[in-house]
Amino acid sequence: MKVFKFFAYITLGILFGIVMTKSEAISWFRIQEMFRFQSFHMYGIIGTAVAFGVLAVQVIKRSEAKDIQGKPIQFNDKEKSVARYLLGGTFFGIGWAMTGACPGPIFVNFGYGYTVMIVVIIGAFLGTLVYGVLKERLPH
Amino acid sequence: MDWIYEPWPWYISGAIIGSVMVGLLFMGKTFGFSGNFRTLCAMSGAGSKIPFFDYDWRKQSWNLLFLVGAVLGGYITSQFFTMDSSVAISEQTVEDLRALGLNSFDEIQPTDIFGWEFATSIGGLLFLLIGGFFIGFGSRYAGGCTSGHAITGISELQVPSLIAVVGFFIGGLLMTFFVLPQVLPWLLSAVN
Repeated sequence: MKVFKFFAYITLGILFGIVMTKSEAISWFRIQEMFRFQSFHMYGIIGTAVAFGVLAVQVIKRSEAKDIQGKPIQFNDKEKSVARYLLGGTFFGIGWAMTGACPGPIFVNFGYGYTVMIVVIIGAFLGTLVYGVLKERLPH
Repeated sequence: MDWIYEPWPWYISGAIIGSVMVGLLFMGKTFGFSGNFRTLCAMSGAGSKIPFFDYDWRKQSWNLLFLVGAVLGGYITSQFFTMDSSVAISEQTVEDLRALGLNSFDEIQPTDIFGWEFATSIGGLLFLLIGGFFIGFGSRYAGGCTSGHAITGISELQVPSLIAVVGFFIGGLLMTFFVLPQVLPWLLSAVN
């Protein structure tokens, strides 16, 4: 089971890395095009993933599907708030438009050969650290 | 087998990304990539000083495996599945980006920005570092990134995730239309 899980996570990650590259979703160009509303491409990718996801989640809920360990698949409601999602989301969007990459694609790009992404990774590490320090003082 | 060398259409790509999310659900996990940065902070020992990082990060090691897979996926694609890596973005986008001082359109990324020449200039280094900083800070503040909110959260019809995605666009549009036009031409001209 342990070995199976190990390979399952890596394989899902590889599939994710391949599809993010082949769909060009890791490209700064595509993210700029998205924020400029000049193509349907990124909206199509996210829209299809969400449509597929909504459907899958409904099927899982209604069929009370279980995971590979035999535990019921659960969905935890995120805590209700506006401030943290809107403010945090805005900060995230600023970074997304600058680097053209969200956390997944930062690493996929690194693997692709854009080693400068290590700078972005260090930045994100520091940003996470600073959030941890300021957490109690920020409106949530 | 030509399809493997070509860019994949959005509907195929979206369905595969959705499948990855469902695959993780069946593993008993929730898709959310940015949590890895928190794990990396916790692994580095930040938990001894900052309570936010004081938890058993080993329970998140599955996500680090996913991260390693993502890096490998990028590598495999560049080495074996790519013939022509230029991106067919709209002509209007090319025109707009040229006006900002970009010249390199023959790879999947603009090498003007994602090359070491830019990254080792003071302005370029700060640009990439600050961009990353906002991603790390913002995703933890919002409790998730594109995978956790835009894909997973909205698939579960969670209102907080919708609010977060609205935030992603507020930030992204502000940066794209008000800041990048001021900053990029200046940073790029310092290198070229």
